[in-house]
Amino acid sequence: MNHAKPSDDKHWTLQRDALRALHREVLDEPIPPALLAAAERADRRRSDQARWLRWGGMAAGLLLAFAAGWLASGQWAPGAHGRVMARSPQGPEFVHAAAVAHAVYAPEKRHPVEVAAAEQQHLVQWLSRRLDRPLKVPDLSAEGYTLVGGRLLPGDTGPRAQFMFEDGAGQRVTLYLGARTDGAAVAQAGESAFRFSADGPVPSFYWIEGGFGYALTGPLPRESLLRLATVVYRQL
Amino acid sequence: MDTRPLVAHIPSLRRYARALTGDAWAADDLVQDTLERACLKWRLWTVGTDLRAWLFTLMHNVFANQLRRAPPHALDIDALAQDLAGADTSQDKTLDLQRCLLRLPEDQRAVLLLIALEDLSYAQVALVLDIPVGTVMSRLSRARARLHELMEGAAPAAARPGLRRLK
Repeated sequence: MNHAKPSDDKHWTLQRDALRALHREVLDEPIPPALLAAAERADRRRSDQARWLRWGGMAAGLLLAFAAGWLASGQWAPGAHGRVMARSPQGPEFVHAAAVAHAVYAPEKRHPVEVAAAEQQHLVQWLSRRLDRPLKVPDLSAEGYTLVGGRLLPGDTGPRAQFMFEDGAGQRVTLYLGARTDGAAVAQAGESAFRFSADGPVPSFYWIEGGFGYALTGPLPRESLLRLATVVYRQL
Repeated sequence: MDTRPLVAHIPSLRRYARALTGDAWAADDLVQDTLERACLKWRLWTVGTDLRAWLFTLMHNVFANQLRRAPPHALDIDALAQDLAGADTSQDKTLDLQRCLLRLPEDQRAVLLLIALEDLSYAQVALVLDIPVGTVMSRLSRARARLHELMEGAAPAAARPGLRRLK
């Protein structure tokens, strides 16, 4: 059989150009309404579907984890503790979600993050766009932690981001962040001191600055976590 | 990363489908089925990967399913050749090319079109069609040679006995 030689560039160019001319007019035709409707349906579905749902089998477990976290934070924050939490920067939901997100993703071997550190610039651009604010990844190398990557997560009212860091021994900490939405609290205090929470599955330090909540979470002694949180706070 | 909405991909999906099927209605049906599949399968799309290549993968799967379901005579070249025969001369070359394309086995046609029309790399085509890169290259080579032969003999093509699609 007479095979075209791959090196036969001129011949290929002619053939390719002829093929490209074929039905070229279709590219400029108005899109049929049925296709437009189908694309819009699919696009809506894409944005409705939180990105982490794409990790298939993990999805159900995640939903349960978040649901459990949500219920737990609502039901088990009584008395004095509840009042403290009510004044806290993001309320119990924020820090609890941070801890649950850490507990869910930090043990992951294959998919700890959605976008890896190798694509840090893209990661930051993407999450900045989704959270509608320029984000910055803190440099924790002086503390022995390097960036693993990050992911987008659903918060109670909108998108949140998680950056994951790892030290040489494989110890992971996560920085969880997102806009706060309750206007009264923003008016009351745009910033807050560090607060410690050990309510979730993993302890966190959390704070708020410029209307944005942050939680640094990891299974570390309180002092170590505070030191890291301080480094993060200074850099952001 | 491709963050364009799906609708931005429709024109090239339509053109590819048109060249693949040789029929405007069948092509739009194929695009419609592809979009509906995308709607159902979003969670299988890995964020950050090439959305366009994924859409072509879906389209290829839909197309392959259609071929499996419909017996080959559903795409009988004879009927098509008669439809095309009466067209005016300015379009003859285009019609010849389309007719010759349809005479390629569909697996060769898909490789040729994905590379020529869509500029996908061999590796991307291999992913879309779920075949090894070496197979992409050999199919491309065979498709090009066959298309060339067919185009050389294109004038009497309509008069030839109908070629059934292979496979």
